[in-house]
Amino acid sequence: MPSVTLLGQSIVSGLLAGGLYGLLALGLSLSWGLLRLVNLGHFALAFLGAYLTYQLGTAFHWPAWASALVIVPAFFALGVGLHAVFAYFRVTEFTSLLVTFGITVILESLIQWFWTADFRRFETPYASTSSRIGPLFVPTLELLAALTATALALATWAWLRLTYVGKALRASAEDPEIAAAFGVNHRAQAFLLSGVSAAYAGVAGVFIALISTLAPSQIWSWLGVVFAVVIIGGLANPVGALLAGLLIGVSESVTMAVVTPAWAPLVSFSLLILILVAKPGRA
Amino acid sequence: MPNARGSMRRLTAVVAALALVAAALPAGAAPSGPPIRIGSTLALTGPLAPTALIHKIAGEIYVEQLNRGNGLLGRPVEWVLFDDQSKPDLTRSLYEKLITVDKVDLIMGPYATSGILAAMGVAQRYQKMIIHHSFGMPHLATYEMHFPVAPFGPEPQKTVPGMVFDGLATTKTPPKTVTIVTSKFPSAQYQSNGAREVAEKRGLKVLLYLEYEFGTRDWGSIAARVKDANADFLWVGALGLDGNQLLEALKKLDYSPPRHFHLFPAPGPMITAPEARLALSNTFFEEHPPFTNDPATARLVALFKEGATKAGLPYTAVDTQAAGSFAAWQVLEAAIAATKSLDDKVLAQWLRKNRVDTVEGKLRFDGPNNYGDDLSKMRQVQDGKWLVVWPREFAAPGARINLP
Repeated sequence: MPSVTLLGQSIVSGLLAGGLYGLLALGLSLSWGLLRLVNLGHFALAFLGAYLTYQLGTAFHWPAWASALVIVPAFFALGVGLHAVFAYFRVTEFTSLLVTFGITVILESLIQWFWTADFRRFETPYASTSSRIGPLFVPTLELLAALTATALALATWAWLRLTYVGKALRASAEDPEIAAAFGVNHRAQAFLLSGVSAAYAGVAGVFIALISTLAPSQIWSWLGVVFAVVIIGGLANPVGALLAGLLIGVSESVTMAVVTPAWAPLVSFSLLILILVAKPGRA
Repeated sequence: MPNARGSMRRLTAVVAALALVAAALPAGAAPSGPPIRIGSTLALTGPLAPTALIHKIAGEIYVEQLNRGNGLLGRPVEWVLFDDQSKPDLTRSLYEKLITVDKVDLIMGPYATSGILAAMGVAQRYQKMIIHHSFGMPHLATYEMHFPVAPFGPEPQKTVPGMVFDGLATTKTPPKTVTIVTSKFPSAQYQSNGAREVAEKRGLKVLLYLEYEFGTRDWGSIAARVKDANADFLWVGALGLDGNQLLEALKKLDYSPPRHFHLFPAPGPMITAPEARLALSNTFFEEHPPFTNDPATARLVALFKEGATKAGLPYTAVDTQAAGSFAAWQVLEAAIAATKSLDDKVLAQWLRKNRVDTVEGKLRFDGPNNYGDDLSKMRQVQDGKWLVVWPREFAAPGARINLP
């Protein structure tokens, strides 16, 4: 039986890992839910953001926040550009899987060409720092990532619920013809949302650079779990994505602490199956 | 006398000029004729790519050096290399293609145990000799024409942990308790499971044994369990970055394991990580004496540094991986030179009967499953470098196992 401290520490660890899952899931959930584009390229964009943070940090000694100030708007523009391509070629929900898979492979190859397949680590003085709460340790960067995910999820929720643009986006996703009849310019809003999703990938990338050691193939290692988070959280539901991230993070972490780490990868998909059985039609 | 002195000066100048010209020329005539085509795959993309890239650079350097000399049997050498994407199933198909479509003369092994096992099956089907440099489960390599240059010996699950515990036993405070955390990657799991048995046989108490999936992202809970167990010695059946990630997670819990060993770590990240100070690991080669006493080896080390820098690798030292590739090519070259043949069976027969001098030491292939001696050594991160610290005869000058 694990000690209370071990259990508590694993829950903290899971919540923080879940925050990062939620952060990565946010943009994917929005583009899938509101634009009907399953954007696998989201992961590659996040890693491109991570590598750029690494490059700016190591070559030019930029602090991560300064890199974020450049990367996030640049990724917004990139997202808009990518959407222009999707719109031009009339990419559908199904074909978006194939197209964005291709984009991911291209970006992975570009990353490998520029930074090689070798590991890259952005060393910062705060990389291993933690705060102590009683017997538990809370890693600073992971906490910052989880707080950022929470802030972005809440802000996005408020944007979608309380603003005209948000309501229009939701209306278009629900029924494009009726929304258009009410004067909603879905095309312009789709560009905006695509830019926002890509910008979120940039934010996630900055944290990935700070928390992880980078290798191009890691793009794929997040795919399964983040997809599970998006589906469990509900499409176009930013708070749901965050909560699902936390749920999966804690479940994996407690499994590692109580049973064995080898069982952790089963958790996210078992949860996904259970939830789909209990509540069909989630995606 | 002035005339004699002048003649002597002229003679010296002529001899010096001839020496310069001789030095500038290759040792023999340039290779000619159709190239000898040697096929292999490496994991140039995918999760094994960071390490496979080292093998690519080492292989290219060796082939280039062969072609600058006489090639093999006076013919140039062409290395036909494909990317197996770190996938054993693709590895199998590509070796099939190399043998049946590209019709290469000879094959070399890919990188890492699972890929090698896949390639070995194809080699066996077509009766091709296969020399490989990174296979960690000797009991599975039953094909008579495979030749391992990762000199783990026939029972690494016993001999590698044995060597590690032997080394630790010589320290002032040998460990009494052990935590073992291992990747489920086949060779890491196999040797780590062996470490548990060896530790128990030696009277050490194994407080915790954990297995994790290859590609684990969240290390917080594993670190919490390692801290909770608080053993004297942490064995990490690490592959690539696993050890770094575990140590980072432990540091975030304000815990440093008193002694920690990592089985197959990425060498670069570990020497630069502050929390990996005094990390121990397995190796067959490090770029210091006595390994670099041989000038030819020292030259390969210099060439690798140059090649790795040019390729943009952050870590440019030769360690067990690059040395493994050099050794594989050395074994192939030695067999071809001795037999003057490209016949797989002739080469294999020669290798089974002869020892080959390589950068890793003298290799033999006459033991169970063609394995020879376990030449594993223990290295440690000291002052930002990997130094061999055990066995003593291979230790870097003045180096010994350092404990905090």
